[in-house]
Parts: sequence; C-alpha cells; structure tokens
Amino acid sequence: MTTSRIAGAPFARRAFMLGGAALAGLAAGGGRPRAAVATRARIVILGAGAAGLAMASRLAARLDGAEITLLDRRREHLYQPGFTLVAAGLRTPDYVISTTAEYVARGVTLVEERGAEIDPVAKVVTTDAGRRLPYDFLVLATGLTLDYAAIEGMDVARIGQDGLGSVYAGPAQAEATWRAMSAFADRGGTAIFGRPETEMKCAGAPLKYAFLTDDTLRRRGNRTRAELIYNAQTTSLFSVPIVAEKVRMLFGERGIKVNHSHVLKAIDPARRIATFETAQGRKEFGYDFINVIPPMRAPEVVRNSPLRWQSGPWAGDGWAEVERHTLRHVRFPEVFAVGDIAGVPKGKTAASVKWQVPVAADHLVATIEGKQSDSRYDGYTSCPLITRVGRAMLVEFDYENNLTPSFPGVIAPLEELWISWIMKEVGLKPTYLAMLRGRA
Amino acid sequence: MKELDVSVFLAVFEEMLGNWLWIGLGAAALALVALVYVLFRDGGLRPRRLVWSEVVALAGGVAAVLVMQQVTHSGFRDIGGPIDWVLGIAIFAAGAAVTLVAAYAVLGLARRLA
Ligand SMILES: Cc1cc2nc3c(=O)[nH]c(=O)nc-3n(C[C@H](O)[C@H](O)[C@H](O)COP(=O)(O)OP(=O)(O)OC[C@H]3O[C@@H](n4cnc5c(N)ncnc54)[C@H](O)[C@@H]3O)c2cc1C
Repeated sequence: MTTSRIAGAPFARRAFMLGGAALAGLAAGGGRPRAAVATRARIVILGAGAAGLAMASRLAARLDGAEITLLDRRREHLYQPGFTLVAAGLRTPDYVISTTAEYVARGVTLVEERGAEIDPVAKVVTTDAGRRLPYDFLVLATGLTLDYAAIEGMDVARIGQDGLGSVYAGPAQAEATWRAMSAFADRGGTAIFGRPETEMKCAGAPLKYAFLTDDTLRRRGNRTRAELIYNAQTTSLFSVPIVAEKVRMLFGERGIKVNHSHVLKAIDPARRIATFETAQGRKEFGYDFINVIPPMRAPEVVRNSPLRWQSGPWAGDGWAEVERHTLRHVRFPEVFAVGDIAGVPKGKTAASVKWQVPVAADHLVATIEGKQSDSRYDGYTSCPLITRVGRAMLVEFDYENNLTPSFPGVIAPLEELWISWIMKEVGLKPTYLAMLRGRA
Repeated sequence: MKELDVSVFLAVFEEMLGNWLWIGLGAAALALVALVYVLFRDGGLRPRRLVWSEVVALAGGVAAVLVMQQVTHSGFRDIGGPIDWVLGIAIFAAGAAVTLVAAYAVLGLARRLA
C-alpha cells in the first residue's frame, strides 16, 4: 500500500484537535481521492456510533461494489464528548443528540437491529431479530456498556435527585447532573468524585468534572463552604505519569483532596452514603453531591464471543483481542475492532477513533487488494482536560505515555489555556461530525 | 495522506456553521467586490473615508473578541499563556479587517466622506 504512516503525523492530527477553529489553515487527514477498489466483499460493521459511522464512510469511499452493512438498533446518535458541557450547564441536551441515519454514507445499508451473536468461524452475525448476516469482513464498533448494576444500590432513575449525579448515563442525565451540581454549588457541603477500576472512555472526564464543580463553587462564592474529594481508583490520578503529576498539582492548588486506591462499590442514594473499597477495607463517605462513573465493559455480543481477550487484564471485561498497531483481530484476521471496544491500552476517546479508523480501513482494503498495508496506529489519544470554564489543557499521548502535542512549542500540553478550551467548546463537535462523514 | 488538505478544513467549518458558512463567505466576497469597485471608481483611496473606516474597524475587532468570548463562555481572565494573546489578537485583527473592508465599501457606495 502507498499509504504513509498515519499515527504520529502531527499535521494531520491537528485537523482533529484544532477542529478547524480560530487558528491558521492547517488541516489534513482526509487524504486525496484515489481510485476506489472494486470488490464484492460483504462487510458487516457492528455498531453505528462514532467508530462505526466513521468506518462505514471511509470504506464506502474507498471501495466500489462492496456490500457494507451497519448494524445498530439505536436511532439517535450521541455526541458524547458534549455530555461534559451539558453537565456544566453550558449546553442543553439537544446539543449532543442527532440521528444515526443522517451520517450514513451512500452505498451503506443501515439495519436497525442489534447484533446478538457472532460466529467468527462460520463468519456470521445474527441479529436480535434473527436475521443472519454472513460476512467476509467484520468490524467491531460496539462501544462499551456502562455497568451501573455493578454498583450496589445505584439507581439510574434517581440521577438528579438527592445530590446524585452521573455525567455518563446519557444526555438527560447529564443535564440532571448539572441541576444537582448547581444546587450543591449554591449550598456547599461534601462532593465526591472518582472513576471505576475498569477501562473507561475518556479517562479525563472524571477529573474534568471535579474541576468544573470547583469552578462553579468559586463563581458562586461558595468554595469555602465545600469540601471536594477525589477518590482515585489506583495510586495515580491519570495513566500518563506526567499528566498525573500536573493534575496532582492542580488539585492541590484548588484544594481538591485526593484519596488513592478507592473504588466505588455501593451507594445509598436516600441516605447519601457512598461505600468505597480501599486497601483498609470498605469505607463509607457521606456526600451532598456525587458524580458516579460506573464500571465499563465490552457489550455482551463481544464479551460472550470468541473474539474477546482470552487471558490477561482485558479478558475479564471482554474487550476485543486485536493487535494494537493495526486493530486487526489476532486470531480472526478478517475481523477488526475500532473505538472503545478495541482491547488496546489507552484509546477510548473519539480522538482515538479518528486515528484508528483510517488505519483499520487501510489494512482491510489492502487485504481485499491482496496487498500489505504499513499503516500503524501508535495509540494516539487526546483529552481536552477542562480545568475550569474557559480553560483546558490539550493533553495528547500515545501507548508509551509519551506526550504527542499537535502544536509543539505553540500550544503547551500541560498549560491551562484559553485556546485549548475553545478547541473543546467550539472546535471538537464539527470535527467529530466531519469525521463521521469521512471528511476529516 | 499527510498533506494539508483544504477540504478537511472546509468540512469542519461547514459542520460548525452550516449554511452560515456560505452566507458569510458570500457576504465577504460581496464586500470585497464592492471595495474593488469603489477603489476603481474613485481612482484610489479617499483618506477621510479610510480613517473613518478604520475607526469602525476598531469597533469591529473588539466586537469579534467579545462575540468569541460570549460564544465560548469565557473572558479575559481565561487568557493563560502567550498563544492565548496571539489568538485574541488574531481574532481582533480578523474582525477589524473584515469590518474595514465592509465599512469602506459601504461608505464608498453611499458616496460618503469622499
Ligand atoms: C462524558 C463523556 C465525555 C467524553 N469526552 C470526550 C472527549 O472530550 N474527547 C474525546 O475524544 N472523546 C470523549 N469521549 C469518548 C467518546 O465519546 C467515545 O470514545 C466514542 O464515542 C467511542 O466511539 P464508539 O463508536 O467506539 O462508541 P459509541 O460512540 O458509544 O457507539 C457505539 C454504538 O454501538 C452500538 N451497539 C452496542 N452494542 C451493539 C450491538 N450488540 N449491536 C449493534 N450495535 C451495538 C450502540 O448502540 C452505539 O450506537 C467522552 C465520552 C463520554 C461518555
């Protein structure tokens, strides 16, 4: 294949981070139109979220005559990075809700059913409606499942009441979380934050919400009336050590107290008590506000299939066992996994999707052509780490915990900057939508 | 795949602004055409008109910065480093430049301050 290495191409990466906003005209990544590859291959894409839609658009553009089927029962499309803005009171839920159908590329068939079973030996996906979809290539793009049930006593229906928040649960719940947080910011008290011990999407989001709560309290003049506690699941605040250190310093500055190795196990919403597993056994915390982030696992269709990791840290939660640089399944070469479902270190952001999809697509197309691709994904992940309304840190990194700034020497990754905030607030969504359409 | 690609940039702005992108670009093009017309018609710049257009342009620049802050829920206190100053100045300059062209063209078409 002629495609150059995609990961580690800072110019192209800028297109995503910059979101086309405000700065000079540096943008790249879409690639030049090239001759479409003629094929009759049957390609099934399981899941039509960020990764599935982007993959469908890209394959539709690169292949001529392929039978591409997108499978997803959910009709609405959720722009999840916007949940944080909704939960900060800056956007209404309609900001994050659109429809899947509007992003489906021409030539792609959307089947509004759920994938129920995968037989990778027979190469067939069966849907919940009993439809059998034989494939030549399968792309797993199911995202992940929020396992609220794993937290004893947790009741999603109560989000927004009695100080119970959960930004992740959905657009309406993100707004309900804002109401709960805002009420807390008016009164003060104790607020508890944390994250699950499983893999999770956007690992910066729990930190962002602690910062945003601190900011809201300060704006209302009530910071001295509140105690903010961040219960980290391990001994570190973030998987990338240099970022963890920076967050530790910022938490120190803001007076956000940190406990380590605390994992939320149970909650009593009526009595406002959260129970954490700690090195010293279970410990109860009373709260006036809490942002619950549940454990995250692979959806059952993948978790119960032979495609999951068979051993090691990702086996338990059922993530797809793919080679980390190509996203190709290690045992079933005609299967790829992109987005949150991929069992790779880091990743699990929309920004990673942007970098994974062209690589996986390139390998898939190369296989159809009987060629080899040298495209490689190096684990690029990015998280505009909001530190207050108006400022963020543009944190970008790879598998090796290297910082991979898109604008080295210009936008410092570990500085709280207005420009980084602007990228998150106005640049990210249009870039994300352009990605879904295969245009970015 | 690495080369700069205007189409990506355009795609992102299209997603951001929808039809306003084309309306805005159209209005800017119109103002530019009007400016060129006025310059040709008058056989050059009219100093008094230019000075007044520059005064309006200053307001346009300030307005651009304030609108950007409004849209992004932020303010001057959020400026955190040199690049933020550069960004603020760039937004000011862009707003001022667009306003300058438009103001001069409008004044010229109205044959004011000749
Ligand atoms: C609060 C929050 C903040 C975030 N902030 C950021 C951020 O700032 N920057 C960033 O880059 N990313 C951020 N993310 C992460 C980003 O949204 C995800 O990483 C991204 O959406 C992953 O795309 P995906 O396609 O893998 O999963 P999704 O977009 O979740 O889509 C998965 C799709 O698969 C479907 N599906 C599931 N099971 C099946 C099945 N059995 N059959 C058929 N279809 C199925 C689902 O219905 C869904 O439509 C954030 C996420 C959250 C929740």
